[in-house]
Amino acid sequence: MVRVIGFLVGLGFVVVLGYSLIVGAIAYFTEEESGPTSYDYHLYAQDVSFPSDGPLGRFDRQQLQRGFQVFREVCAACHSLEYVAFRNLTEIGFTEAEVDAIADQWPIQVPTVDENTGEETTRNAVPADNFPRVYANEVAGRAANNNAYPPDLSLMTKARGEGAAYLYSLLVGYQDPPADLPEEFLPTTGLYYNPYFPNLNLAMPPALFPDQVTYADGTEATVQQMAWDVTAFLIWTAEPRMEARKATGWAVLIFLIFATVLAFLSYKNVWRDQKH
Amino acid sequence: MSFPWAEQYTPKNPFMKWMDERLPIPRLVYNSVGAGYPVPRNLNYFWNFGVLAGLALMIQIVTGIVLAMHYTPEAGMAFASVEHIMRDVNSGWLLRYLHFNGASFFFIVVYIHIFRGLYFGSYKAPREMVWLLGVVILLLMMATAFMGYVLPWGQMSYWAAQVITGLFAAIPLVGESLQQWLLGGFAPDNATLNRFFSLHYLLPFVILGCIILHIWALHLPGSNNPTGIDVKGPQDTIPFHPYYTAKDGFGAGVFLIALAIVVFFAPNFLGHADNYIEANPLSTPAHIVPEWYFWPFYAILRAFTVDFILEAKLWGVIAMFASIIVLFFLPWLDRSPVRSGTFRPKFKIWFWVLVVDIIALAYLGGAPAEEPYVMFSQIATIYYFAHFLIILPLISRTERPLPLPNSITEAVLGKDKTTAQPVAAE
Repeated sequence: MVRVIGFLVGLGFVVVLGYSLIVGAIAYFTEEESGPTSYDYHLYAQDVSFPSDGPLGRFDRQQLQRGFQVFREVCAACHSLEYVAFRNLTEIGFTEAEVDAIADQWPIQVPTVDENTGEETTRNAVPADNFPRVYANEVAGRAANNNAYPPDLSLMTKARGEGAAYLYSLLVGYQDPPADLPEEFLPTTGLYYNPYFPNLNLAMPPALFPDQVTYADGTEATVQQMAWDVTAFLIWTAEPRMEARKATGWAVLIFLIFATVLAFLSYKNVWRDQKH
Repeated sequence: MSFPWAEQYTPKNPFMKWMDERLPIPRLVYNSVGAGYPVPRNLNYFWNFGVLAGLALMIQIVTGIVLAMHYTPEAGMAFASVEHIMRDVNSGWLLRYLHFNGASFFFIVVYIHIFRGLYFGSYKAPREMVWLLGVVILLLMMATAFMGYVLPWGQMSYWAAQVITGLFAAIPLVGESLQQWLLGGFAPDNATLNRFFSLHYLLPFVILGCIILHIWALHLPGSNNPTGIDVKGPQDTIPFHPYYTAKDGFGAGVFLIALAIVVFFAPNFLGHADNYIEANPLSTPAHIVPEWYFWPFYAILRAFTVDFILEAKLWGVIAMFASIIVLFFLPWLDRSPVRSGTFRPKFKIWFWVLVVDIIALAYLGGAPAEEPYVMFSQIATIYYFAHFLIILPLISRTERPLPLPNSITEAVLGKDKTTAQPVAAE
């Protein structure tokens, strides 16, 4: 009985699916060739590597500090870094005095309450604060940016499928649209053509120009250099514990391999006179 | 429990004797996973995966309890509290990556465990209850994993909650009320997050209870083995401890090495980038996909594209649930008296087709819902149901199984003889 009912149920699914399949196949094979889509002009992220790549990769602190400089002087005008605190900057080689100064001089103040009157006011940031938001809320952010809200950058390299390479490609990828680009994909007012962006037109204007920042260590501030540095900095903000993770990983792996070899030898020893 | 020749527990010191007369927990452990449980001597490495699944559950429970101490189940704070765990909690990144990847590894070992049962006929009499409890555990695991995925309150969390509860909305008449009841509102929000957190904490302990029943039901007939034939006497078995505890220790080591490689060197490989964007009800991701371990079922859900008496969406929901429900009937669909696929020439071929079919479904479930993927998932779904409901019942009638060995011991010694021959020829 179970098998008879099962057979009928199975047959039912096969018939319905077969019907769906035939309808879908007819539609697929009779479909007319449609024109080019934005996919046809989209480019995959450039092949770029960072010192933190790979199981042995570590952050280059000099580079992270340069990247922070680019963030502070360029990106921070519009983008926030909500999940990172000023105190975390000591991890990339700034001294406590430098962090104090960075926090104190940060152009955006932190909301607080006046001790005497209880009224809402603002104060200078301290190292314990997270980086303050640029806009009070999303509506304010959209109002100031032609209705495009600049996203928070704390997790950006983890929040895109192509990761850090995508971010780098986007920063260096602004260019004139190709001549054969169909009209519907041409950037309209307030949009900029960038083939690394999935729908080709990005609301963020090109942000980096040669020598836009002056690096203290004398590195030449080309667009590629600044994009590379700020992307490295954002890899760090997305995962500040990466070095601890990899170092712990090697210790755990060495221990586990040793323990597993011992476990294998004891297994063979226990079973030595068992036929199996 | 178990066979008459099982070794008996004898307390070795006065305290254990005192304990044994009042609360015989040491005896229970001895009879369950100690020398008191006789196990076929010929188990291969695929029999390690039951213990590994138990280990994976323990890792999930321990890391989960500690994570819950630092996590905030509130829609406005959940995402930030996960970042707090990743950045500011001591070794919080380790706990979270272990828990997140541990779920994937739990499914990997459970899927291998299930395929082992399918191939060697572990679902057949007298182990039907073991199999049925196993399917219940699988369903509970899926519910737990889904609700856990919602907790970080990223984009994929939010939209997974929307899509999965939306499946219930396909049910005629009561569907929409049912979805609102599940969500506690018209869309996923704080009420949803709170109840999912509560259930995500509860269900693993329900799973633990089911595992105890699963093992209890297993220990009455004892473990199956690669030949699928019954244990005939003491010469066919060896005690669980030390033989299989030693083997499981080695298996656990290999499992932990694989887990460590992913946790420490590719912790986000099995996840989706969009879940590092905070949930935003106003922005739908381009491709909403569940976690990889749901991909085969997601492919079945999306394979139904044309209304046929019922709405296509409802067909998809019915088929997706049916794809698991059908496993409950497996012991009665496959009536071949031979358990092990080793001795079933036709079954063996169809089994491997099923394995390929499910891997294909997994790939298609992760692919975008476009042609030609949809057509392939329709073909693969047809095979999935045909395998269990049409092919298995038919081949168990028509197939002529190979001759079975007389006993496990004979099978073991026979194998030994063939390997010994070239040595003798020297």
